[in-house]
Amino acid sequence: MRLRPPARALLVATAVAILGVFPLIFSSPTSTSIAVFTLIFMVAACAWNMFAGSSGYIALGHAVYFGCGAYTLTLLANHLGFAAGWGVFALVPVAGIVAGLIAVPTGLIALRARRHTFVVITIAFMFIFQLAAFNLGFTGGSSGLQPPTPLWSVDTYNLNFYYVTAVVLLATFVLTWLVRRSRFGLQLLSIRDDEERARGLGVRVARVKLSAFVLSAIPVGMVGGIYAYFLGQIFPQFAFDPLFDLSIALMAFIGGLGTLVGPLLGALVLESLQQYFTVQYGSSQAYLIIYGALFLVVVLLLPRGVIPSLEELISRARAEPPEQGPEEPGRTADTIEAVR
Amino acid sequence: MSALIEAEGVGKAFGGLQALTDCSLSVAEGSVSGLIGPNGSGKTTLFNLMTGYERASRGEIRLGGESITRATPERVFALGVGRTFQITRLFFRLTVLENMLVATQRHEGWLRSVLRVAGSAAERVRALELLEFVGLSGLAARPAGELSYGQRKLLELATLLVADPAVLLLDEPTAGVNPTLINQLTERIRELNRAGKTFLVVEHNMEFVMGLCHQVTVLHQGRTLLTGTPEQVRADPAVLDAYLGGADDDDL
Amino acid sequence: MSASSLAKAVVDGILTGGVYALMAAGLTLIFGVMDIINIAQGALIVLGAYMSYVLSVHLGIDLFVGLIITIPAFFVLGVAIEWAFMRRLREQDRTAMSILVTYAVAIIIEGLLSVIFGVDYLQLRASYVDSTFHILGFYLPYIYVFGFLLAIGLLGVLYWILYRTHFGRGVRGSLQNRTAAELIGVNVNRVRAVSVGIGVAVTAAGGMVFGATNAFNPSSGYDLISRLLSIVILAGLGSIAGALVAALFMVTLEDVVAVVWSPVWATLVYYASLIVVLSFRPGGLFGSAAVRAQ
Repeated sequence: MRLRPPARALLVATAVAILGVFPLIFSSPTSTSIAVFTLIFMVAACAWNMFAGSSGYIALGHAVYFGCGAYTLTLLANHLGFAAGWGVFALVPVAGIVAGLIAVPTGLIALRARRHTFVVITIAFMFIFQLAAFNLGFTGGSSGLQPPTPLWSVDTYNLNFYYVTAVVLLATFVLTWLVRRSRFGLQLLSIRDDEERARGLGVRVARVKLSAFVLSAIPVGMVGGIYAYFLGQIFPQFAFDPLFDLSIALMAFIGGLGTLVGPLLGALVLESLQQYFTVQYGSSQAYLIIYGALFLVVVLLLPRGVIPSLEELISRARAEPPEQGPEEPGRTADTIEAVR
Repeated sequence: MSALIEAEGVGKAFGGLQALTDCSLSVAEGSVSGLIGPNGSGKTTLFNLMTGYERASRGEIRLGGESITRATPERVFALGVGRTFQITRLFFRLTVLENMLVATQRHEGWLRSVLRVAGSAAERVRALELLEFVGLSGLAARPAGELSYGQRKLLELATLLVADPAVLLLDEPTAGVNPTLINQLTERIRELNRAGKTFLVVEHNMEFVMGLCHQVTVLHQGRTLLTGTPEQVRADPAVLDAYLGGADDDDL
Repeated sequence: MSASSLAKAVVDGILTGGVYALMAAGLTLIFGVMDIINIAQGALIVLGAYMSYVLSVHLGIDLFVGLIITIPAFFVLGVAIEWAFMRRLREQDRTAMSILVTYAVAIIIEGLLSVIFGVDYLQLRASYVDSTFHILGFYLPYIYVFGFLLAIGLLGVLYWILYRTHFGRGVRGSLQNRTAAELIGVNVNRVRAVSVGIGVAVTAAGGMVFGATNAFNPSSGYDLISRLLSIVILAGLGSIAGALVAALFMVTLEDVVAVVWSPVWATLVYYASLIVVLSFRPGGLFGSAAVRAQ
């Protein structure tokens, strides 16, 4: 949001403070557990948005990097003989790096295609990785894997995971903020608006897109690792879940695609809602209906997502409306010749 | 004067359709050259070939004597050739100033491009100067999508100037622009030309072309028909034929 | 591996491929006319299977006879979806938004089906589903043949609509050049609505055959949509004839790999072939990558 710097600093400080004290105030295991899941999705939505929201390439295969992070942490912890406890968290960055490395070839292939095709290739990759996880020997197949389980008390267990994830969230947010205000970020946005023209202005689009893609896979891999460790088990269908891809995309969209805070807000509301539902009513699929309906309502009423629409309202209330609307370019004969 | 950018014997086919058969064109350094021809004669295709958006099926494109036939658009721009599009292309959701800053990237390392804030103070000052030059400085903070059609054309030109290219290829700069803005545009082009910039302009507006260009090339059915001064072109009967014949095709 | 099991794989692949071709044709038609990737296609197929299930189990209506009800109903549903959601998307980010919107429609359908029917697997039953006949040394349920014939018949109808009717001319015009179609007086809004209606209507038939040849539950749509998307992308988006070829190719390939190598890796080969093809031809096999810039 376009606030003045002091107001913005105050807002960020408040948010960080709330993040810090939340589990101390709402300390029941239920609420802290919901909070951990919510933070995980906030990281994922925020990182996804850094690539997809900025570049306009809707990736629906980030579950690949989530799952790879989950399996990386679990496999390394088990095979390197990590004792359950804080030490395993040292593998979280490793999970992120592995996810990032996997994003290089997959991104390279997917980003060669045009936008429509890109989506489908990312989905295809998701299914390929899920299949591989089901069928490769070292992943334990459909019975999954169990990372070591730390022997913390119920309260400290959630609390430790909460703060580790919160640190990852802060790091991810700082990263997206840096990208947003950088020349690199501006290039991403120019690709979203008109990729061909960006090329004509010297933007090396292939490099910019791929590096943003890889950069966005890393935090997703990290929380994938945290997720596996937190649950104490990992299965192919949860590690590589098509619904995960959709969820983070919807979260980012509802909050505001391409905005800094929007995805965080979207994830905060949607994931905590879903977790609450699961706790309250068991693992019913009913939340899917609410999820989808909520999204459609936002699309129809606030077509740009909550945050940008709010911004628009505020700025419209502040300033008088623009004197004249933009002229529509004559695009009949010209268009036809261009298509020819 | 030596040729700064030139096309020699260039051809391009899309599937079975021969968009350009044999096209040669030479733009002298420091000149304003015009490229005219009936609709569908291949003007935009030639622009696409010269700026790396399409690959020529045959022939060669050279910039300052070096071949750029197989260069990408990114590379062509980096070498100092900027272009505008027939249908104005801007980053409509970015502000006018942000549009100006996209083209400021240099060959900086990737990490620096991520960590540095977009647009240093010097770049912003320069961008605002150029916006002043085209008369848009008052709109710097507005989204580009809010500009009128003529303002868009001016902004598109200004975004190229940020990177200080040696050659500017303009595709129908006056189409859909009101007369006042056309005069402004003509003035700006003259001024830039005096400062040493070379122009190649595709236009339908004959008055504009004849008044501005030192040299005009006529394209007809994918071939260069002739190149000459505006007076020579105006006097040539073949040009008139091409236009009259072409007009029939256009109306379908 | 015996010759007869290989023959079975090929026959099975072609028969099933025909049904996939029908469902993929609907998807590619919607894309071609609207530039919209209808992610809900998979969920709609599953919905079609459940509709046939309700009609046959609760009302005793034969699966094929039931299509007389479900196909028009799905046509109306398609028109409604186009009117309610697709039409309202803004031009500038239509493709990106359409993916998310239709995905949302898909999960609503999945959620509703889960709440109503539960998540247990079902399969459609009929005499011709259970009884088999003997051919080339193996047994095949009649439904495979009937389903294939139905798909070919409906594809014929689709072909007739597209190439022999006035409406079809409008659709093909819109497929090639939307602005030009508008200029020569095609009512683009109606063409779009009816195209989506047709694209969705074929899922009713596809869903019935799918439900009779596979066990399904509300989340079967994910697998289906990713297969169908692979087919239409491999073919080149918007190419209906290409979708037919690609469907037969992909499904037969998968079935043959399942026999020759292992069923486990067959699906992997399916997606891997997509990625390999696209690495060399980013526009798909029959796509015209250069024609429509983004």
